[in-house]
Amino acid sequence: MTAGSRTALPLSPAGDGNVGDRLFYGISAAFALLVVVSLIAMVAEMVVASLPTLSTYGIGFAAGRVWDPLHEIFGALPFVYGTVASSLLALVIAVPVSIGVAIYLSELAPEWQHGPLGFLIELLAAVPSIVYGIWGAFALAPFLRSTVEPFLASYLGFLPIFQGPQQGFGLLAGGIVLAIMIVPTIASVSREVLRAVPSSLREGALALGATRTEMVWLSVLPYARSGLVGATLLGLGRALGETMAVTLVIGNRAEISGSLFAPSYTLASVIANEFTEATAPLHLSALAEMGLLLLAVTVVLNALARLLVARVTNPPAGGRL
Amino acid sequence: MDRWFFRRLVDRVVRAACLVATLVALVPLFSVLGFIAVRGIGGISLDFFRELPRPVGEPGGGMAHAVWGSLEIVGMACLFAVPAGVLAGVHLAEFSDTRFVRAVRFAADVMAGVPSIVVGLFVYAVVVVPSGGFSALAGSLALALLMLPTIARSTEELVRLVPESLREAALGLGVPKWRATLHVVLRTALPGVVTGIMLAVARAMGETAPLLFTAFNNRDWSEGLREPTASLPVNIYTYAVSPYPEWHEQAWAAALVLVTLVLCLSIGARLLAGGSARAR
Repeated sequence: MTAGSRTALPLSPAGDGNVGDRLFYGISAAFALLVVVSLIAMVAEMVVASLPTLSTYGIGFAAGRVWDPLHEIFGALPFVYGTVASSLLALVIAVPVSIGVAIYLSELAPEWQHGPLGFLIELLAAVPSIVYGIWGAFALAPFLRSTVEPFLASYLGFLPIFQGPQQGFGLLAGGIVLAIMIVPTIASVSREVLRAVPSSLREGALALGATRTEMVWLSVLPYARSGLVGATLLGLGRALGETMAVTLVIGNRAEISGSLFAPSYTLASVIANEFTEATAPLHLSALAEMGLLLLAVTVVLNALARLLVARVTNPPAGGRL
Repeated sequence: MDRWFFRRLVDRVVRAACLVATLVALVPLFSVLGFIAVRGIGGISLDFFRELPRPVGEPGGGMAHAVWGSLEIVGMACLFAVPAGVLAGVHLAEFSDTRFVRAVRFAADVMAGVPSIVVGLFVYAVVVVPSGGFSALAGSLALALLMLPTIARSTEELVRLVPESLREAALGLGVPKWRATLHVVLRTALPGVVTGIMLAVARAMGETAPLLFTAFNNRDWSEGLREPTASLPVNIYTYAVSPYPEWHEQAWAAALVLVTLVLCLSIGARLLAGGSARAR
């Protein structure tokens, strides 16, 4: 702004040294810092909030099988089981579908389909979780009970995962709803990863006489592998922390059962259901510790996933869009 | 069998499988939207937007307070998150790639993956408990925390796309860097930045979990920002888990309203982005 102030100051990351620039640098840096601070504050606060159970139970918290707030017995194992089982089931369903979508959109589909199909997949991500929840509870679960579960039980009933009473609400419903919700995440990140694969690799394979499938299998996928693993981890992170949709369909019973038809309970769901009603300090802290567990796992998964994806899409300038 | 024939067969099968995967992925979208439209349309009337819920058993009534509450909470969240997110994004894009900048970028990416229910717990501990109760303000802070990293990263990406020549031209005319950034660079990137904001708003509008322990819920109009406040997503949840069929009807109607709002925002954002990309 004023010419006088710029001479004395050395070159800083803010550019030259004028007052307006330094102010702008400072203000924007403060807001950028806010992002880091809120993440650290979140972790710190969750640790503090879960101290009572951390000191009472230690690591045993996650191994306890009994959850009985009335008698102040807090074991998180049923919730850990429900969370992990439903998320893994979601991955089993969602990963092949999403990778298929990504391959179709980036390698096979004619140009005119890219926009509309990509847009529809994005809309899948835009539908709020609670809406998937009521759809799951009123449309999917009854359909599972009346049609899918009897079918699975009669043809694959020799497997323990397809045995037991068919209620609709349970791990199977939770896994399916989660799968629907993470497909757009995995598919769009995978698509970005595939787009970052150099086209010379494709041309080379095709020039050697490979079919499209062989081109994808032999040159595109090996190059993109770590990025696709990253995309899957991002999907897993989302599935582990997803709350409302799962709460409405998983049955909310703190039991460990080998069957996919059986009701279960997840970490996020028990927090959602019990936190506002919890009054005992130990109960609140037990719920906070589950939040901490979710936070820690998702932070690690996300960090890892970003690193893996960046390995493939590394060059930041050019190439994209 | 001929080897070439076999390879072509495999190729066909795999291609078909990828197409089928795409179609399978889209089935739930149409199923959800169709279901919501069919079940929800019956509950939509002018009263839905004008009246408060009636006690169970009485017909009629609406969710005016929840529609308004959602807009209020999300609007306030924007007041917090938009300036902060945009400035943070500009910082990430415009200033040299120091260790600080890389740390912020990484933190934003990681934070975008934090489960929204954990954000709710966090805001409960740092805002609701000290301030003495559930409030619309706490709810909007929780949503703002969810929007902040998304807006920062999308702003960064779009500001980066602005051609270097524009910056050089502005700086060459003697404009200080801060003015060049705000008036030339950010203005050029504006349509894209707004798109990012709209997508973040659309996501925040549908969030339920972070509001459960922050804004909570209210059967009546909330009397201020420091009072518990109803919102559409939380009301959908409360009504959907209730045992009353009339309430289920209302939940479907509310879901239809919510989905319409969210999809309008997403589609609008998309059109804005598409329009500006074509104009360039």
